[in-house]
Amino acid sequence: MNHDPWIWIGAFLTLMIFSFLYKDNPFYKFAEHLFVGVANGYYIVFYWQNALMPNLFEPLGAGNLVYLVPLLLGLMYFARFIPKIGWLVRIPIGFMIGWGAGISIPAYFQAFVLRQLQGTIITPQSFENTIDGVWAVVILIGVICTLVYFYFSKEHKGILKPVSRLGIMFIMIGFGASFGYTVMARVSLLIGRIQFLLGPWLGLID
Amino acid sequence: MKRRIPLIICFAIGILMIIQFMIPHPISREFGSTVNKWYIVLAAFALVLAIGNLIRHHGTKIRRKKTNWPYSIVTLTSMVAMSIIGFAGGVDPKSLYQTIYLNVLAPLGSTMFALLAYYMASAAYRSFRARSLEATLLLAAAFIVMIGFMPFGQYISPRLPAFAEWIMKVPNMASQRGIMFGVAFGSIATALKIILGIERSWLGGKK
Repeated sequence: MNHDPWIWIGAFLTLMIFSFLYKDNPFYKFAEHLFVGVANGYYIVFYWQNALMPNLFEPLGAGNLVYLVPLLLGLMYFARFIPKIGWLVRIPIGFMIGWGAGISIPAYFQAFVLRQLQGTIITPQSFENTIDGVWAVVILIGVICTLVYFYFSKEHKGILKPVSRLGIMFIMIGFGASFGYTVMARVSLLIGRIQFLLGPWLGLID
Repeated sequence: MKRRIPLIICFAIGILMIIQFMIPHPISREFGSTVNKWYIVLAAFALVLAIGNLIRHHGTKIRRKKTNWPYSIVTLTSMVAMSIIGFAGGVDPKSLYQTIYLNVLAPLGSTMFALLAYYMASAAYRSFRARSLEATLLLAAAFIVMIGFMPFGQYISPRLPAFAEWIMKVPNMASQRGIMFGVAFGSIATALKIILGIERSWLGGKK
């Protein structure tokens, strides 16, 4: 058994969270509230060290007055506490929303349209290995059928009916696979916690 | 003015961010980098506001002695303590701040997410029923992927891990790509509506 107090703290906190599997109880509530508090304290220091210091106070300290703009914009957030000038809070929000919208258009187009198209299009290189070529054709058919399923501007009759039906089958396999993959990711975290309890804490496994 | 100025700022920043992405010139890159830094600063200020709200919420709970108020003391005390430890003791890899991160925050976070494994499995057990062909496909895909990615799957059949990987790489990839196209066009359309001022719900209801 380990004698490091930090290992004991980690082990007890892990057990406190797991106690929720029985029912909501004071131990779980304590750990939950501690998590919120410590996480917020962590991010206060993290943002100070990694966001405000290098991106605002250091450039301002070096005499770069352009950085007064984000300082003023940031201070405008607090205008919401003064009803007369409360509308000023919309200015930093407008900046952030405009930034997010502007940066997402080319980024989404590049990552989710062009790159995905590039991966879906069949070229002679796709058939360098016959079996890979067959799977490339299956992917192309799957993408087209999925898109047809989500095409609601025309009633799914005639040729669209079997194509959209095939599309929903691909979608169901995709949802099932994603679900299984997500569960496995959580299970690996669970295994990690059990290994921590049995290994570093109790010393029952290496 | 109260609505027009924020709309103009949103439009200008949105258009400038698109333009700077399209022009790979040092001036454009420098502009993009500066605006990105400003965004980080504004996000940090938003966090200050969020922390203020958290303090107010828990402060009110303690003052009015609402249900479970003693736990609010735990939240506020641990937040203040962690901040003081970080500011006073530094954030070096061997500092107390990092030790608390590794031994308190990381175990709590990963156990919270690990807890979800149980609830996801329990929800799946109650809701997954092979009532139709589509439901059967979903169930079978989930089952094969779960078993296939476990070391145990290898013992059932040596081909099971490869089959699980095929499901991820072929039919799953096909459907995800189809969905991704839809998400991308939807997001681009929404972003354009915001930049052009057609979508204004972010301004709030008041004049």
